[in-house]
Amino acid sequence: MGTQRYLLGKLAQVLLTLLFILAFNFFLFRLMPGDPVTLLVRQAGATLSAEQQDELRADLGLDKPMFPDQFLDYMGDTLTLNLGESTIIDPGRPVTEIFVERMGRSLILLMTSTIASIVLGMLMGIYGGWRRGGRFDNGSMVTSMILYSMPEYVLGIILLLLFSNVFQIFPTSGYIDQVADYTGIAYVADYVNHMMLPFWTLTLAYLGEFYLVMRSSLLDVMGEEFITLARAKGVREKYVLRRHAVRNAMLPTVTLIALSFAFVLGGAITVELVFTYPGVGLLSYDALQNRDFPVLQGTFLFFTLAVLIANLVADLTYGYLDPRVRTA
Amino acid sequence: MTTTEPALADAPVAPPPGRLTPRKVRWLRRRRALGRFWRQYRASGMGMFGLVILTFFILMAIYSALGYGGSTNPIETLQNPTLEPPSLEFPLGTDNNGISVLSLVIKGSKTSLLVGLIASVISMVVGTLIGMAAGYRTGWADTILMFITNAFIVIPWLALAIVLAALLGQNLWIIIMIIGLTSWPGTARLVRAQVLSVKERTYVERSRALGGPGSHVVMKHILPNVMPVIFANTILTIAIAILSESALSFLGLGDPLNITWGTVIDQAFSKGAITIGAWWWLIAPSTCIVLVVLASTMIGFAFDEIVNPRIRER
Repeated sequence: MGTQRYLLGKLAQVLLTLLFILAFNFFLFRLMPGDPVTLLVRQAGATLSAEQQDELRADLGLDKPMFPDQFLDYMGDTLTLNLGESTIIDPGRPVTEIFVERMGRSLILLMTSTIASIVLGMLMGIYGGWRRGGRFDNGSMVTSMILYSMPEYVLGIILLLLFSNVFQIFPTSGYIDQVADYTGIAYVADYVNHMMLPFWTLTLAYLGEFYLVMRSSLLDVMGEEFITLARAKGVREKYVLRRHAVRNAMLPTVTLIALSFAFVLGGAITVELVFTYPGVGLLSYDALQNRDFPVLQGTFLFFTLAVLIANLVADLTYGYLDPRVRTA
Repeated sequence: MTTTEPALADAPVAPPPGRLTPRKVRWLRRRRALGRFWRQYRASGMGMFGLVILTFFILMAIYSALGYGGSTNPIETLQNPTLEPPSLEFPLGTDNNGISVLSLVIKGSKTSLLVGLIASVISMVVGTLIGMAAGYRTGWADTILMFITNAFIVIPWLALAIVLAALLGQNLWIIIMIIGLTSWPGTARLVRAQVLSVKERTYVERSRALGGPGSHVVMKHILPNVMPVIFANTILTIAIAILSESALSFLGLGDPLNITWGTVIDQAFSKGAITIGAWWWLIAPSTCIVLVVLASTMIGFAFDEIVNPRIRER
């Protein structure tokens, strides 16, 4: 019973938020000065007569009232994944098609680095919190604080300086060797080689946060009475940590993962720029530089959806880990 | 704040001469609380370290605001060597226009700190208003406000900021507004949680039972109790705002008329400092950002440790 209601509640919340975001996205781009046609004329320097402009407006449905006609058109288009066509970056190409090409690269980079920073950060946090004040804890504390304070792209630049000027180990830009035309294993190896620097940049950039939260949440739990009880019963320290402390200390970290995902995506934009890694982040940068509004709107929607899904996953994990949430 | 340690409550502040009016009592109490706070704060090594660094950069910003720090006008630096590594004459080297990187960093401190400060004040005001309203009211108002807050948490701030900056233009005030208006949800949630717990205390109930109007209860009883937590959170927000400004500037969305640490890094990066190997041009502004963010984070943590009783007990 409780579980079902919890799931339904979460799902309803996600759908409502999705509606809110779609509406927000629609009005954001409509309420700004200048409609798409005016913008197009101004930027591309396209010479269109007033009649041609009006015709284009009618084509795009811009002559209809904004609400509800244009809004409903937009919702229908978005839900059927018709996001319009790129105006400048790749004129005439559907935005959805550009996304399909770029999305995989971003997802691979983001998923692997997020998972790596969560796992490494949490393991370090557990060890540091367990041996509080020890040499490892103090060292990791200082490192984490510095990593936490460092913008992702600064870390990327430092790695780039080190690996492109001092040691020339990893390639410094792109996602694949365009000239070599590898296939099979060689292709994978080349891809991994290219992804190494952006991967470590993102992993290290978010490691600190997970370390700090896991450590402090473990310290919180260690003060609880059930830990003292477990020790009093003579449970071995190893099991106290593993079965009693860590399990409960995981909860705040799961919440953090969900909340930090919006930041991770922001970091991905700058890091992809530093390493010219052609994912969605670099796409949004290019769209921004060229003021390609359909693509820009698409990237915004993509990023928001990604965070929304990540949040849902975190909520469900939380519900799985903590039965109290489900029944409450 | 209630006092937990009686020894600390007897602060060595002499009672003022003359009759004790309610106003005097209030000020005396505040001075004692402040003195007690400072004594606790001084004991935190991390907090003091952060304070020293932040003071250093604030002094640097004032120094720059007074017109010192060297020229950052490329026409006046024509005779300087370009892309010179750090030397005695140019302690942090020079950029591609022969401008001393030290001058750039000093000039950048003013705007970077200002953006961080103003943006976090905006975020604090918006977050506090929404959090207080959501916490104090119950039912629909709370539900709707929290729904909007949670929806804003989902929106990736940098993507939103890019869209807004692209649509609205690149002006310092627009950047400040963007950062302020995208960073309030965290504060709102924190404030709401605090208000919910303070609201149930007996003295608030008593004030309401005596017929105190809503505005009185909120302003006189709830806000003063939530204030310390808001303050600690605002200091942490300064760090986030400075990071946000630098990321926007790095993407080329900065105000072209103002030098910030972020725009210096953007210039260096886009002029190929990495391939040239002009590390000083990149490392100097980066170090400034890291130090200021580190300092605000440390101060925020030290604050939190004092005002947040849950952490203090540990």
